[in-house]
Amino acid sequence: MKMALSHFETTILLALFISAVLGVVTKKTDKERLRYGLTSFGYFLLTIFGLSWLMFLGHR
Amino acid sequence: MSDQTEILYPPLPPLSKWLPVLLLAWIIPGGGHFYLKRTYRGLILAGCVVISFALGLMMRGYIFQPAGGDLLTTVIYYGGFLADLSTGVLFLMTKWFGYESADVAGHVVDYGTKFLVAAGLFNILAMVDAWEIAVGRKD
Repeated sequence: MKMALSHFETTILLALFISAVLGVVTKKTDKERLRYGLTSFGYFLLTIFGLSWLMFLGHR
Repeated sequence: MSDQTEILYPPLPPLSKWLPVLLLAWIIPGGGHFYLKRTYRGLILAGCVVISFALGLMMRGYIFQPAGGDLLTTVIYYGGFLADLSTGVLFLMTKWFGYESADVAGHVVDYGTKFLVAAGLFNILAMVDAWEIAVGRKD
């Protein structure tokens, strides 16, 4: 079985895994973990879209 | 001056109490947490490690072998090997089943390699977390 993901899909997946793992290992309560994971994932998304637009506009 | 001194960390328990947890956490991703009855956390960590590793294999990622050379090559290849090794049984299975992938240029293979390394790094974090729970530094 072979798989070929795009830049975007790969980045989103990696962001999801990193957010989940960091949330679980760094926080003390479930509420804090969920909040940290979601916040971290949100910041990842913002960075991904921000840098993507920056690269797109920079290459025009 | 107060007689009470703040103890930041409790004294380390005997080796027999935390070493099996650490080894289990290395061999089986999430295993340390399952052993310590932190099932849900173990499931999340195991899921992240296993899925990340599986994606890396499906993208035909390169499993690092220790190799020397200039400083950068040594750091990348030894570091990559240690990260791959940290996935425990997943890494061993790639050896048992004869998984091989050439270290070639190409973005999909490159992503695969990164996913394999990331899986190892996730498992290192899981091992540290399990160790902290085992020695009483964390609930």
